[in-house]
Amino acid sequence: MFLLKLILRNAFRHKLRSILTVVGVAVAILAFGLLRTLVGLWYLGVESSSATRLISRNAISLVFPLPIAYRDRIRRVEGVTGVAGASWFGGIYIDEKHFFPSFAVEAKPYLDLYPEFVLTEDEKKVFLHDRRGAIVGRKLAAKEGWKIGDQITLRGTIFPGQWAFVLRGIYHGAQKSTDETQFIFQWDYLNETMKRTIPRRADQAGIYIVGVAAPELAPQVAQTIDAMFKNSLAETLSETEKAFQLSFVAMTEAIMIAIQIVSYVVIVIIMIVAANTMAMTARERIAEYATMKVMGFGPFHIALTVFGESLTIAFAGGMLGVVLTFPAARWIEVNLSQFFPVFMISPVTILLQMAAAVVVGAVAGVFPTWRGSTIRIAEGLRRVG
Amino acid sequence: MLQSPIVEIRNLFKSYRRGSQVIPVLQDISFDIAEGEFLALMGPSGSGKSTLLNLIAGIDTVDSGTIRVGGVVIGALSEAELAKWRAANVGFIFQFYNLIPVLTAFENVELPLLLTGLSRRERHEHVEAVLALVNLTDRMDHNPSQLSGGQQQRVAIARAIVTDPTILVADEPTGDLDRVSAEEILSLMDRLVHDFGKTIVMVTHDPKAAEKAHVVRHLEKGILTSS
Ligand SMILES: Nc1ncnc2c1ncn2[C@@H]1O[C@H](COP(=O)(O)OP(=O)(O)O)[C@@H](O)[C@H]1O
Ligand SMILES: [Mg+2]
Repeated sequence: MFLLKLILRNAFRHKLRSILTVVGVAVAILAFGLLRTLVGLWYLGVESSSATRLISRNAISLVFPLPIAYRDRIRRVEGVTGVAGASWFGGIYIDEKHFFPSFAVEAKPYLDLYPEFVLTEDEKKVFLHDRRGAIVGRKLAAKEGWKIGDQITLRGTIFPGQWAFVLRGIYHGAQKSTDETQFIFQWDYLNETMKRTIPRRADQAGIYIVGVAAPELAPQVAQTIDAMFKNSLAETLSETEKAFQLSFVAMTEAIMIAIQIVSYVVIVIIMIVAANTMAMTARERIAEYATMKVMGFGPFHIALTVFGESLTIAFAGGMLGVVLTFPAARWIEVNLSQFFPVFMISPVTILLQMAAAVVVGAVAGVFPTWRGSTIRIAEGLRRVG
Repeated sequence: MLQSPIVEIRNLFKSYRRGSQVIPVLQDISFDIAEGEFLALMGPSGSGKSTLLNLIAGIDTVDSGTIRVGGVVIGALSEAELAKWRAANVGFIFQFYNLIPVLTAFENVELPLLLTGLSRRERHEHVEAVLALVNLTDRMDHNPSQLSGGQQQRVAIARAIVTDPTILVADEPTGDLDRVSAEEILSLMDRLVHDFGKTIVMVTHDPKAAEKAHVVRHLEKGILTSS
């Protein structure tokens, strides 16, 4: 108890120095937490993918579509529970700064395949019956201030023209990781317009989402589908949703690795700064440690005092860093939602942050602890005055 | 002084190594300190007074020779044993008081008692008793920085005696004090010897301080010149 009191008072003896160190550690822990979260989010699409969904796409490249006639043939493959064609629409609302993902989908089977997009029965019914209907995620609606019944016009990029929609539903995610920033509308609307304006681009889907009865069936079903369209004009490449998402992630993996490295570098830097502060502090206290040793305190007591002080400061910084992470994450979610639809801090991240803080304190404390506990008394006493 | 010696020093040699150079500091020192004796060690700066005091207090080790305190040959003790021995047998008073700045006067005095088996209540009783003895009861909640040099040294004396050690050692205890405060400290030490039968070894430059002592020994370049 007494030693704890001594440790705490020592830790905040030089107020400014301690506060600066605590804030330094806090900022590093905050940065660490946000960077780790960022990296985690990058893989979120992969993690939130379903093991019972396959994606079939054009084997040459994702930019080439597949004939809509494939849908019914895929539907008949054994083990398939549902198929929905979908096309990346890439519509622009007002300007590029308002970016959000937009898809034209075969609505009925699509919603069946994505139970994590939760709509009320009413919303669903009205949406499915309205050719120009659209549904959007809760976050997107909140950001743009949309209400059900609103008219929304998107400018097509891949599919030219002004496209008018009526908002028929606002879905929310079944899980916290579900993307709530998507804009989804009926593929029929897209297709009918194409038939009238650019007939050669009608009756096509960018990808097919294929539901399978059980995860074990996925490889077999994928193989069957690809075999079916072998040597046809548009060969398919079918893979699990996870593999499909990973192929996107892979393109930017190097950046993610770099960010991961930076997150550790931040910790190493603060470790060096804290170690320097602790070494300076311990050097000033050598005479005090020697005095305690004269009284009969052993190296263990001194070590505890020095190490405890280092841990106290790092821990205080860690706590502050963790506490700051939440408003920071909230700010990112609100202000940068076009890049980070969900910016949630996982319990693992918090644990990692605290662990990093403790490691910083421990490493920073090692050298002064060793110095303090092994200092020869007669030499330590000579430092007085 | 009819008591048996509490400290016996025989053929003590001590040198320091500075690089390849060996600096002899104490050469063939032998003398006794009787129980209840107030000994003043005098001598010019660098003559080895502090070194000798540290050896008696068990915070430095001899090259050769023996120091026996209360029947214990302290040179034979391991470092951990020595620490334990110091906690029970030595009270150290420093020139610059060496109080822990973040602890109050009361807590500074309590600090050495943490190494005893005393309960919190017993510790507090002991601390209050010695603070009363040095006449600082009204200042016990002050931090060292709020006390004058003389008051700080009285706290340090209270800290040195609170464990009721076998010997008190003091390295120039008045060296940093004005005349009046120095007088106070010296008469306090005098009382410890006369009223409480303490044994004190005091290093000093100050002839006034030496006057209070029963015995004065002079060190000159590491050699005991007179007694
Ligand atoms: N730790 C040490 N390392 C090297 N030399 C030392 C050390 N401690 C003391 N000395 C030397 O030993 C001599 C005696 O020192 P000290 O006992 O402090 O003298 P005094 O207290 O009489 O002034 C001095 O020359 C001093 O420089
Ligand atoms: Mg000296």
